[in-house]
Amino acid sequence: MTDAAITVEGARKRYGDKHALDGLDLTVARGTVHGVLGPNGAGKTTLVRVLSTLLRPDAGRVEVAGHDVVTRAYDVRRRIGLLGQHAALDEELGGRQNLEMFGRLHHLGARRARARADELLARFGLADTGRKPVSAYSGGMRRRLDLAASLITEPEVLFLDEPTTGLDPRGRAEVWSSVRTLVGGGTTVLLTTQYLEEADQLADRISVVDAGRVVADGTADELKAATGGDRVDVVLRDAGQLGAALALLPLTGARVDADRRLLSAPVTDRMAALSGVVRALEEAGLEAEDVALRRPTLDEVFLHLTDRAEEAV
Amino acid sequence: MSDSAHATSYALTDSWTMTRRELARWARQPVAVAVNLAFPVMMLLMFGYLVGGGRGVSGDYLDYLIPGMLALTMAFGLEGTMVAVTRDLERGVVDRFRSLPMTNGAILVGRSAADMLQSVLGLAVLLAVGYALGWRAHGSAGAFLGAVGLLLLFRFAMLWVGIHLALVAGKPEMVQAVQILVWPVGFLSNAFAAPEAMPGWLGTLVQWNPMSQTATAVRDLFGSPGGESGHVGAAVVWPLVILAVFFPLAVRRFARLSR
Ligand SMILES: Nc1ncnc2c1ncn2[C@@H]1O[C@H](COP(=O)(O)OP(=O)(O)OP(=O)(O)O)[C@@H](O)[C@H]1O
Ligand SMILES: [Mg+2]
Repeated sequence: MTDAAITVEGARKRYGDKHALDGLDLTVARGTVHGVLGPNGAGKTTLVRVLSTLLRPDAGRVEVAGHDVVTRAYDVRRRIGLLGQHAALDEELGGRQNLEMFGRLHHLGARRARARADELLARFGLADTGRKPVSAYSGGMRRRLDLAASLITEPEVLFLDEPTTGLDPRGRAEVWSSVRTLVGGGTTVLLTTQYLEEADQLADRISVVDAGRVVADGTADELKAATGGDRVDVVLRDAGQLGAALALLPLTGARVDADRRLLSAPVTDRMAALSGVVRALEEAGLEAEDVALRRPTLDEVFLHLTDRAEEAV
Repeated sequence: MSDSAHATSYALTDSWTMTRRELARWARQPVAVAVNLAFPVMMLLMFGYLVGGGRGVSGDYLDYLIPGMLALTMAFGLEGTMVAVTRDLERGVVDRFRSLPMTNGAILVGRSAADMLQSVLGLAVLLAVGYALGWRAHGSAGAFLGAVGLLLLFRFAMLWVGIHLALVAGKPEMVQAVQILVWPVGFLSNAFAAPEAMPGWLGTLVQWNPMSQTATAVRDLFGSPGGESGHVGAAVVWPLVILAVFFPLAVRRFARLSR
């Protein structure tokens, strides 16, 4: 038995002449949270559907929890939980009825299915609304119920396809805290997202996916480091002084954002750059509101990587 | 336990769970259920009393109409099946079921069981209303049960057509198209009027409609006007032929959801 909860080697899936998965490789270690980050149409949902046995790959080897998703689909299904991109619930039934039904389909038996439903409702703060039909739930409640439904048997591996898309900040925070609690229990989580912040917040490692392949892979810090390292940001009091600052400050490759009165440039020696900037500002009599060293945001990493992948095509 | 042995040992439990799911939905939507049951009754009253006697029908029109309405209700069941399957596909519920360690076939078995149960209810309501209006079956109890059996067999065939259509074209637009198309197909039958009174080619078409075969056989077994002996065979064979085509097609389509 290996340490990998998920192994994907050269997975391919084609729709007509569209390669939804184009030789995708991925390894996820047990007990970790892996973020799959990609723009619309990158192949995230296709990947999750292959991993959760809903879709057969055209080619490649895909193993989840030690079992092949094609030849041992049943063994995989016993060990996974799936939260699809869109809620998959019986709208007309109550929250408790939904969970009870999924429990029965996991062969818990009537009594344990009922007990488990109550337990999950309580855990996700839905105990009071368990009787209401799902159609009366708010978006956040629905997503939490959906998440509860994917946790009926404490899965070894949990797939979350864009778990917070369409939720308000509060709903998002609720889902995030649920995911964190789960991971504490040893579950391996693969989560897809378009939100860099989400990957940054939740994932131990991140794969950036574009056009059906992984274009970059690593921890959030590694990815940031790979895209140009640190930057210095200078925010001026007066946008009119941006031109002067650009000419006078000891920086190369600086980018100017007039709306935010911001001048941003990559740096190599952090401390030297910082003191150089501060000195130059004083000497030139430019008034700065803020001077800060920072790592690139994942947004910058993401744009950088997916742009590059597009250019390569 | 091996993969498949483990899965099949739960086939019955899973099918029952899926059937119960549908019953629970009914309990949650009593109005929808009532409307569904009332609709054929309304049609019966409309055609029986408002529109009045059908062309070319000799004898009591209610006697003629009730078997026709029974067959029509079974045929229109296709639409209900298609709506339900499409809804589950669209909502991703089918995907969730397919990701569970359950017998996947139970999804279709549960659908069939629930729809058949609803059809039995529908028949019972129509027959009860007919009885209240003074309609009587003139044949033996055995013939009566035979007629109900033929109707349910026809419904079962329509059920698998509905499942197949939903799997092939599972889009709400297609459901709408089918909801409209069942009307001309339903009316191109002998449910309301005798084919003998229709222009030649139309009459032939109507007589060939499998629904007409079932209606004629039911009339025969009820001893109603428009019944002809010798149609029971056709009323058995037609649905079986439809099943022989659509059952395997639907099952194959279902298995191919993973493609
Ligand atoms: N059933 C299908 N038939 C045809 N094309 C499909 C199908 N499913 C996905 N595709 C195509 O495959 C590509 C990958 O789709 P996928 O849904 O996996 O992307 P995604 O990363 O999940 O996107 P999103 O962020 O929008 O959810 C897209 O170009 C999509 O149009
Ligand atoms: Mg998607």
